Amino acid sequence: MTKHETVSFREAQSRYKGIFAWIFSTDHKRIGLLYLYSIIIFFFTGVILGAAMKLELLAPGKTVMDAATYNAIFTLHGVIMIFLVVIPGLPAIFGNFMLPIMIGAKDVAFPRLNLLSWWIYVIGAIIALSSLFMSGGPPDTGWTFYAPYAFKTNTNMLPAVIGAFILGFSSILTGINFIVTIHRMRAPGMTWFKMPLFPWTLYGTGWIQILATPIVGITLLMIVGERIFSIGFFDPALGGDPILYQHLFWIYSHPAVYIMILPAMGAISEIIPTFANKSIFGYKVIVISTLAIAFVGYFVWGHHMFTSGMSGTALYTFSLLTFIVAIPSAIKVFNWVGTLHKASIQLETPFFWAASFLFVFMIGGLSGLALGALATNVHLHDTAFVVAHFHFIVFGGVGFAFMGAIHYWFPKIWGRMYNSKLATSGWIIFFIGFCTLYLPMFFLGVSGMPRRYYDYVERFHGPNIVSTIGSWVLILGLVIIVYNLIRSAYKGEKASKNPWGGRTLEWSVDSPPTLENFEEIPVVTRGPYDYRKKTEA
Amino acid sequence: MDKQDNNHIIPYKLYLTVLAGLITMTIVSVGVTKIDLGNLSVFVAILLASSKSALVLVFFMHLKFDNTLLKILVTSVFILVALVLFITFLDYNYR
Repeated sequence: MTKHETVSFREAQSRYKGIFAWIFSTDHKRIGLLYLYSIIIFFFTGVILGAAMKLELLAPGKTVMDAATYNAIFTLHGVIMIFLVVIPGLPAIFGNFMLPIMIGAKDVAFPRLNLLSWWIYVIGAIIALSSLFMSGGPPDTGWTFYAPYAFKTNTNMLPAVIGAFILGFSSILTGINFIVTIHRMRAPGMTWFKMPLFPWTLYGTGWIQILATPIVGITLLMIVGERIFSIGFFDPALGGDPILYQHLFWIYSHPAVYIMILPAMGAISEIIPTFANKSIFGYKVIVISTLAIAFVGYFVWGHHMFTSGMSGTALYTFSLLTFIVAIPSAIKVFNWVGTLHKASIQLETPFFWAASFLFVFMIGGLSGLALGALATNVHLHDTAFVVAHFHFIVFGGVGFAFMGAIHYWFPKIWGRMYNSKLATSGWIIFFIGFCTLYLPMFFLGVSGMPRRYYDYVERFHGPNIVSTIGSWVLILGLVIIVYNLIRSAYKGEKASKNPWGGRTLEWSVDSPPTLENFEEIPVVTRGPYDYRKKTEA
Repeated sequence: MDKQDNNHIIPYKLYLTVLAGLITMTIVSVGVTKIDLGNLSVFVAILLASSKSALVLVFFMHLKFDNTLLKILVTSVFILVALVLFITFLDYNYR
């Protein structure tokens, strides 16, 4: 047995030392953790900006910042959270770390390309955030960079746009890597329908990353061309069409929501059967619904533009398609709930996150249908209702799944257990804070409070106070969770190979895994969620 | 590795025919801009561009000799892009 097969990937020696052994490592696990640490930094930056916005909204009029600062802050919050945190979040962190192990491979298909993806991500992030330190300040257009204002603002648009363009390459390369890895490197015996659901969602995500990201790349370059050369793609004053910009932007950015949510659904599909100690209900249906979401998700972008002035034909086509895309999402929810039916459930922290995911995701999904219907959309468009819906899906859906995933795979990644009581307390406080923060925004939106306004009339005051207090509770929960995880990574009790009794391949390797994951590539003979026999703990 | 060893010898005549087709379609795509085709002008331009891409993919990039899965994947991408464009034009053509 060589040394690579006995020591964990953290202890394995490479030609580089110290930090260089990480930032030049082609090991998929180290790259996954590089993404994790980078994304956490950006996430907390985004959280601080979000909390600052809520603080401003504590009272009508100017509270802690002026209107221009508020505009810049919500733009930066959006750019950071969308492009730097949520889009790469689950695929780049847990996809990188877990995908090869879950399919019985030693690494991804292109390890160097994988490292390049992380470097491109870091470079893109630095460029996108450099506008913070330039005279003129960060952009104030919102993360959507809508035309024609995006060509007229005097703030630093170009760094944010060029940064987002560069970040796209990182996403595309990760997508290519995952698709090739899944096609070519599955363990012997692992047929497509014996593959766990998390890799399946990464596969669907990979296709969206490859096919949709170039569209936003070209669109962002068109903005650069428009600003520098005044070409006239989108600016009506130059003969352009601003709605064309919205089409191009959302042709990517709506599927991007599925880049975010599909791996989240994959993580939930791993957590639920493990803690239900039961095979997942309707495995093939979940796979098909994953691919259906990835496919139909391409054709619903127009529901972001119902009040923009599209033709009536386009309006009802997009509305119909939006209702259709809700079907496969709902199928998944039924499957998860079906899995829990008559199960002997282990009440552990990852399960709490998965269960609360179902709760908040349902609220997010159903409020999405209210927005997908043309008549209600006219009333709710660009109100706080949209912000609440979006955060219930992206922070509630993806965020809760991320938290579930990190608590689920923590023992595997760090080889230690965390303090379960503290983790559950963190979850409860976070969950209460989340609902207190975002539920009032539904009421505010229905009552007519517009989004992206730093001021409001007196009658919106009460729900805004509740919402701001919710942001403080949420941050308290977050601090407890992060403290517990960081402390446990160093001082937690040693974890066994399979502390939760999972059946997928990552639970058959050491915690933390060795450099090459497996001493011998396993031969897969059973489905991924076969709970008929106990495996070794 | 077997598939990589499968070298396909394509006669120069076929390559030249494809090249001639590409040049002809380029000339047609420039020429067609002189005619006012109304709503069809974008459709014709995209059809010509897609046909040229298809020729390059099939012959120059050897998709013709690749396995069925790859052919299905590439065709699906064309269908996807066509559907996206079709839906976009539900807005532009009916405004």
